Amino acid sequence: MVVRLFMRQFQHNLIRQLKRYSKRAALKGERLESQWETVIGLEIHAQISAKSKLFSGSGTTFASPINSMVSFFDASLPGTLPVLNRRCVEAGILTALALQCRLNLVSMFDRKHYFYADLPAGYQITQQRCPLAKDGHVEYLAPDEDHRKLVLKRARLTQLQLEQDSGKSLHDVEMSHSLIDLNRAGIGLMEIITEPEFCSAVEAASFVRELQLILQVIGVCDGKMEEGSLRVDASVSVRRPSEPLGIRSEIKNLNSIRHLMRSIEFETLRQISILESGGQVLNETRAYDVETGETVSMRDKERLHDYRFMAEPNLPPLRLYTNDTVPNGVPSDQIINVDELRAMLPELPNAKRERLKKQYGLSVEHSNVFVNEPTLLECFEKIVANQNLQNVKIASNICINEVLAAVNKKNIAFSASNLSAESVGELVELVQDEVISLLTLRKILEVLLQDSSKLPKQVIEERGWHQVSNETALENICCQVIAANPKVVDDYRDGKTKVFNYLIGEVQKKLSGQSNVKAVVRIMKQKLDT
Amino acid sequence: MRTIALYRALLPAVLSRRVIRSFGSMKVPDHPTWEPIDENKLPPPQSFDAKMVDHLERLALVDFGNQESIDRLSKAVRFADQLLLVDTTGVEPMTSVLEERALYIRQDNVCEGDSRDVLLKVAEKVVEEYYVAPPGNIPLSAKIRSSEEKEE
Repeated sequence: MVVRLFMRQFQHNLIRQLKRYSKRAALKGERLESQWETVIGLEIHAQISAKSKLFSGSGTTFASPINSMVSFFDASLPGTLPVLNRRCVEAGILTALALQCRLNLVSMFDRKHYFYADLPAGYQITQQRCPLAKDGHVEYLAPDEDHRKLVLKRARLTQLQLEQDSGKSLHDVEMSHSLIDLNRAGIGLMEIITEPEFCSAVEAASFVRELQLILQVIGVCDGKMEEGSLRVDASVSVRRPSEPLGIRSEIKNLNSIRHLMRSIEFETLRQISILESGGQVLNETRAYDVETGETVSMRDKERLHDYRFMAEPNLPPLRLYTNDTVPNGVPSDQIINVDELRAMLPELPNAKRERLKKQYGLSVEHSNVFVNEPTLLECFEKIVANQNLQNVKIASNICINEVLAAVNKKNIAFSASNLSAESVGELVELVQDEVISLLTLRKILEVLLQDSSKLPKQVIEERGWHQVSNETALENICCQVIAANPKVVDDYRDGKTKVFNYLIGEVQKKLSGQSNVKAVVRIMKQKLDT
Repeated sequence: MRTIALYRALLPAVLSRRVIRSFGSMKVPDHPTWEPIDENKLPPPQSFDAKMVDHLERLALVDFGNQESIDRLSKAVRFADQLLLVDTTGVEPMTSVLEERALYIRQDNVCEGDSRDVLLKVAEKVVEEYYVAPPGNIPLSAKIRSSEEKEE
């Protein structure tokens, strides 16, 4: 017992040392991770947004009263049978098509047996042998190794299957029992399994973000991780480069992208510390403790996973049809046509990014932001359409670097900010025509966010925030600043070019930020170089 | 009465194979076709040591009370091993005789689920509309089994 405590303390110290070492190493330009390769695979469970459950007609509303959406089948009373929900199958097919998977036109349901109080039947109906779709890939943006640019990466998927969700259990340790709510039991889930090809926590997190976006765009899942609509399990293992795969551990029930990243980072360091001290990593299930930021072992170590998969005898195979294979004489509500569903797919995020880049000449980063903020994109597109803008870049820079930044600082969504496309359009025009400076723009935004009934031009009139572009006025002020700071001017003329910014700052101060910076820079340079 | 007697007299003739064969080929063979199983062709028998029995008890939540039930289990498994002698190359597995039937697909609308009162009444223990269950999964202790053996 004492030895075990000592070993834990030793491990903790080692992990702390490794963290410090990796920070130092990162500063030096080398990385600890260059000696070790992380291998991450993800299993994502996405709750299908449908009115009723996968195999029964109970409702699926989030946060409904306890046990109020439970039918006899969900409670596994004997004699009840599963009946498949059309919407869930269609959602699975839409997802498979969006993720470029190969659909199995005939797929089968199986039973996965394990005992747990929130699984009343003692088994979960899933698709293990012959899932709805196999293979597939997702292209997503992730920071490159230097964390400077976003690069396009491709993640391969193993399979996609339909399965039942289990109920929710609250563990009451004091009373030594668990309280079970079966509202969630039986809701349709799509399980998406990726190949173990992610090399870092950031990559895994970027992939999940992209998947969340795709699912939201096609309307099959609301992707709210905090509400449990999207749950991610990560399998993490480490190995030295060119060695075979190491033993992996699985981190379950991660319900936010930040937790996903932190838990994978911790688990990588933990496994590296075990292997470097000569130990062996255990193949176990772990949970992420939010308070300590560590992963903790969840299940009994001797537990062997034997799910005794068997075919679900109450459900014949699920058959999908294409335009060529639709059988005659069968009612149309019993036919699921893949080609019809393919025609219903909307524009996917990656295609949208490419289109924005081509159409407006936006950078990768900007097009990515717009894809993630659809209301802001609407506003931007309106502005570009309504006005003959010479420089689309000004519009996108203002929308993203100024408007979105201001809205994020106040912790509100752009759609909730009541900023209209008209006001933002006016701001873009004003900046383009050099009527106001960026500093003034930020001040105007402050005012607009509090009172959105006014337009920018009104605000400028009311507060007299016109940009000073008058050449003589600017020249006078530059002369004043030069006269007031002889030492700084001498430093500049000696070669210290950085002090130039100080002089510009002084001019801005005198004009309370309302000067045309380009003109000031030009005039100041002229004056200093003569 | 006479008609019944007539039927009784004719029954053996009707059932005689020659008569039946004249109706078409029968699926019932003339002579028995099964052969006794050659033990040597079967794979080695599955051993049920304490570890395996523990594993099965944990998986299926059953209790093999004594050695006799374990013997019965191993005989049943040995009997099922005969299936391994059948050559199934090129044959797709069948999961159910209803495989070729169409799967009925239901429209997505809420038509049930308002059964809380009825369901909770059936439950043994209820706390504020939650079902109550014992905490987590309690692993079966291997020590209990070996102590039972010692007692015997």
